[in-house]
Amino acid sequence: MIRFDHVWKRYPERGDALSDVSFELQAGEMVFLTGHSGAGKSTLLRLIGLLERPSRGQVIVNGRNLATLARGRIPYHRRQVGMIFQDHRLLPDRSVFENVALPLVVTGLGHKEVGRRVRAALDQVGLLKRERALPVALSGGEQQRVGIARAVVARPPLVLADEPTGNLDPDLSREIFELFERFHQVGVTLMIATHDLALIHAMHHRTFTLSEGRLVNDSGDD
Amino acid sequence: MARRPPRRSRAPDLLQLPQAWLSHHVQSAFATLGRLLRAPLATVMTVAVIGIALALPAALYVLTENLRNLVGSWDQAAAISLFLHRDISDQDAATVAGRLREWPEFQRVQLIGAEQALAEFREQAGFAEALAQLTTNPLPAVLALFPQPAYAAPAEILNLQERLGQLSEVDFVRVDTEWLLRFQAILDLAATLVLLLAGLLASGVLLIVGNTIRLEIQNRRGEIEIMELVGATASFIRRPFLYAGAWYGLLGGLSAWFLVTLAVLGLQGPVARLASLYRSEFPLAGLGPLELLTILGGSMLLGLVGSWIAVNRHLRGVEPG
Repeated sequence: MIRFDHVWKRYPERGDALSDVSFELQAGEMVFLTGHSGAGKSTLLRLIGLLERPSRGQVIVNGRNLATLARGRIPYHRRQVGMIFQDHRLLPDRSVFENVALPLVVTGLGHKEVGRRVRAALDQVGLLKRERALPVALSGGEQQRVGIARAVVARPPLVLADEPTGNLDPDLSREIFELFERFHQVGVTLMIATHDLALIHAMHHRTFTLSEGRLVNDSGDD
Repeated sequence: MARRPPRRSRAPDLLQLPQAWLSHHVQSAFATLGRLLRAPLATVMTVAVIGIALALPAALYVLTENLRNLVGSWDQAAAISLFLHRDISDQDAATVAGRLREWPEFQRVQLIGAEQALAEFREQAGFAEALAQLTTNPLPAVLALFPQPAYAAPAEILNLQERLGQLSEVDFVRVDTEWLLRFQAILDLAATLVLLLAGLLASGVLLIVGNTIRLEIQNRRGEIEIMELVGATASFIRRPFLYAGAWYGLLGGLSAWFLVTLAVLGLQGPVARLASLYRSEFPLAGLGPLELLTILGGSMLLGLVGSWIAVNRHLRGVEPG
């Protein structure tokens, strides 16, 4: 599903964010990505979502070499990747429904089908009753669940989460991870960056540890 | 995805695609209009600036067209007077007239012989005595030439004037309508000025729309980033901005038409009064349906191009962070 082949990412102002990272991830795997802040977790996820391109090496997602992907194909690649951020990145002036609908609307899907799928996604994250609310009216945990609904509403085979529970208390964090576990069970490939070690240990999944841009540990726990 | 079959099956999508695409466009166009109307003050300002900028050349165009109509009603009188040398007899003059009647350029050739001219002159009070003193007829034979309408254009008349001047019997050629030709030349100049002005103000409209769209892109930067993040194509993101530009142009064109029509209606009374002083009638022409269509089409195109430029310059800079 995902293959990194001696990938380097160098920022002119910060030096190497990733150094010689190689790994392979099978379809349907759920993997945690851990390490100190600044270890390169976000950079690694951004390379998969094509928010950035590597300085060296190859990233292959779903059999496609991202280096050879034309600019015009990037949107179609992103539709295959659901992305979840620590700060949710919801549109403050749109309702929960409209926020979750966005990935479907951009594909030109019809009204009825959009409504059906958005409600299904909101139901999965337990927010069906809040579809008309604006994001500010929701708690932090609820906002994050809206972000998750948006990431999975188009049913992408791959979901990336960057510190999804960074701002949440342990109970809410556990709820979020249970959601991920459910997606994992229906076959979605997940890559979750977190430093919530307690949760990682409780869940027994493969874990990558990054340190100063290097992949120092790959525990095939699964 | 072995465990989860892909839900996005292609076949029904392909069938629904043209319809979905069309309905998306219609929806996008009206959603954009709705967004513009939700900020009425800003929209009215932009539209008014475009309207005024376009009304100026349109009004000048209406003015020159009306003057052209006015002159056109005198065009029939366009005639050339051919003064023959004084030693040409009336008989020879008739021969010349006969030759000129063969020219396809002329509708009618009228001969006023020297004797006839003298007789006409004598009839005018006060001249009889003065003429009686003369031993010879001082008047030459004159041919009045009336060109065919197809040869009545200024350039054709000038060409005729030159050719007629080369005839050996001809003393000089007078174009009765010389002032008319000059006036027409002035009108042509005015029309060119209208075009230049229109070009200048059109680029002004491009800048206005471009700047408005640029601000809009800045205001919606966050939204654009998220759309890119969830896989919106560049054309999907561009679309509402392009529609906004087209709407600005269309509404601006409509208000330009409105302003000009208002001015024409306001001037109708004074013009009628002026014409009645000349014992004449002159209906002031406004913008016809074809001209309205040209203005609306042109202004919409200007809006579209203006926003296209802004979108291409400024959307490229927006990348999901």
